[in-house]
Amino acid sequence: MITMSPEKTRTAATLDRLDVSAVEPGPEWLYASRWAAFERFRQLGLPDTHHEDWRFTNIAPIKQTAFTLSSPAPNLTRSVIEPLLIPGLDCCRLVFVNGRYQPSLSDTAGLPPGMGLWSLHEAFTTKRSLLEEHLGKLTNTDKHPFAALNTALFRDGAVIFVPRGAAVSRPIHLLHIAAPGDEPPLISPRHLIVTEADTTLSVIEDYATLGDGVYLTNALTEIVVGPNAQVTHYLLERESPRAFNVTTLHVHQGRDSRFASHSAQFGGSIVRNNVSPVHAGEGGHSLLNGLYVLRDDQLVDNHMRVDHATPHCDSRQFYKGIMTQRSHGVFRGRIIVRQDAQKTDAKQNNQNLLLSEEAGANADPQLEIYADDVKCTHGATVGQIDEDQVFYLRSRGIPHETARAMIVYAFASENLERMPLQPVRQLVQRLLLDRLPHGKLLEQTL
Amino acid sequence: MPKNQTPPLLEIKNLHARVEGHEILRGVDLTVYPGEVHSIMGPNGSGKSTLAQVLAGRETFEVTEGSIAYLGKDLLEMEPDQRACEGIFMAFQYPVEIPGVSNTQFLHAAYNAQRKYRGQEEIDAIDFLKLVRDKAKLVKIDEKLLSRSVNEGFSGGEKKRHEIYQMAILAPKLAILDETDSGLDIDALRIVADGVNSLRGPDRSFLVITHYQRLLNYIVPDFVHVLHKGRIVRSGGKDLALQLEEKGYGWVEKEAVAAAV
Ligand SMILES: Nc1ncnc2c1ncn2[C@@H]1O[C@H](COP(=O)(O)OP(=O)(O)OP(=O)(O)O)[C@@H](O)[C@H]1O
Ligand SMILES: [Mg+2]
Repeated sequence: MITMSPEKTRTAATLDRLDVSAVEPGPEWLYASRWAAFERFRQLGLPDTHHEDWRFTNIAPIKQTAFTLSSPAPNLTRSVIEPLLIPGLDCCRLVFVNGRYQPSLSDTAGLPPGMGLWSLHEAFTTKRSLLEEHLGKLTNTDKHPFAALNTALFRDGAVIFVPRGAAVSRPIHLLHIAAPGDEPPLISPRHLIVTEADTTLSVIEDYATLGDGVYLTNALTEIVVGPNAQVTHYLLERESPRAFNVTTLHVHQGRDSRFASHSAQFGGSIVRNNVSPVHAGEGGHSLLNGLYVLRDDQLVDNHMRVDHATPHCDSRQFYKGIMTQRSHGVFRGRIIVRQDAQKTDAKQNNQNLLLSEEAGANADPQLEIYADDVKCTHGATVGQIDEDQVFYLRSRGIPHETARAMIVYAFASENLERMPLQPVRQLVQRLLLDRLPHGKLLEQTL
Repeated sequence: MPKNQTPPLLEIKNLHARVEGHEILRGVDLTVYPGEVHSIMGPNGSGKSTLAQVLAGRETFEVTEGSIAYLGKDLLEMEPDQRACEGIFMAFQYPVEIPGVSNTQFLHAAYNAQRKYRGQEEIDAIDFLKLVRDKAKLVKIDEKLLSRSVNEGFSGGEKKRHEIYQMAILAPKLAILDETDSGLDIDALRIVADGVNSLRGPDRSFLVITHYQRLLNYIVPDFVHVLHKGRIVRSGGKDLALQLEEKGYGWVEKEAVAAAV
């Protein structure tokens, strides 16, 4: 068996030729699973558009890029990261730079008793039993090359444990800052969140960039939502226009649990977001709420897979996309209702607004239903701005550009309003106004 | 038309307009002086809404011939929002719903856009709210509606009242009401008519487009015109509306044909 050695090489290689000997090996007890995952990644290879799950998403630019596995984190000062904090948010914060935890930039004070918040790197040694119980248990490395790649390479991330009955009032901000150098780094964050029964937790997974270098973030998060627990997860994609990003979120929902995923995607050049909750206990509720606002040649692909394995669960998927210039949005929402999952109530809706001739969108709903007493609905639209609405506003004196911006903003506002944390919502609103054509004109009218 | 000292507010001459290749207005002439109320009646499809939309600046209607002067300026040169800022208001026959844009946000934006255009200071949300509350009483519109999205989920009658409400706030010089009375019960009709009547004044003119003579019992017009196949085929005082009610549009149609021969 080949072992992974800690020596570093600075040679970059395409993903199919990665030299994993350059990786920090982490704890010994993980060697076997890492190695198996890497072998599996090599067998699977990277998907092309013949692959059913990647039909609309051509990742050739990722395949052609040579990445380095060695990306030391530059020393960043607080004032450098200050603009990336979420204004007005009273939170605990773990900051990662090029994937590495930065204690001096982080703030973990004031946790409720019994609650754990660690960097994964630290937890390797101090929380081994928790990791052994949960890490990788929700992830299928067998079928998913990026999950396998992450499993082979992760070295840091966040581990959050919320003990029975704890309501965590301060949200937890996981701020990932990439500061890529000359060679494009491959950054593989890995998060594990375990909440026990009757708990409440909000987590913000946030990806941002300093500079405009090329790199790939390939992140994977596993969340165990305990019985009657409420977990809210936010994903903020605000990376540089040259960043590649694949994020995968696996969620296991216990009885009567509520889980919400809110994603807001503005950055990146090729972005793939996988969200897969499994309703494993009766009476659960899941909400997948997302907004993507794209420009230039951005390609953003949201891949939902909601698995109803038990009866009496509700799931809601609401995703909206706004595309300008040559950008392209993809939404795939799969709902699986297993034979036992009677009385499932599943809804899915994807709406897209195209603001230019060259912009595009694909919506691909998929229902797999094996139970007979269920309610499942899905809908998808791709459209343009309604000129009757524009005229109505103009006929009252509102200038043309403002009228259009108001209508586009209104399209997105529904998804914005679903985000419960006000400071996060305000940040997303700001990103939205910055991104919309003539969004500045709206600032006074809101 | 009576001789008037003041120059006309609106002067439409030989207006031709088409939509998707069909000629719909085929030579409309109409002059409106400040303070006058003109009613335009006519059968379905005669071009009433087309005339209203052309005045408001809807681009889907192409003006192929003729001219419109508004306060002596060429109206056809103006963008729709500029026309609104110059004091033209059209109450839509079918107001569109705009989910996600709150009524108050919309009205505040419109109000301030018009003030800005006229070089006046914009007013803040608090002062604006006071203004809209007062006007809401005028048209007896439920304040709850105002916190909703523009026209979203409004009943037909609520939409029409909401148009009058906007008119009251924006205080135009020329208000064009496109079948604001259609589909209203008698109480709602009274509210709309009272709203209009309270806004009548020497500096404000109205073009009241309607199908039914009924409205004109409440809003008494100075002139009534009959639009038929894209032309005004008959004009008169308010009695013309009564004649129409009695004899039907068939009567003017026959006369129009006879006149053409
Ligand atoms: N967008 C359009 N495309 C094609 N034809 C149109 C369009 N809009 C109006 N028309 C046609 O133009 C003609 C005049 O329509 P208009 O709406 O002006 O009539 P109207 O007098 O307002 O009728 P109503 O009493 O039914 O409101 C009708 O024959 C109508 O079908
Ligand atoms: Mg009409």
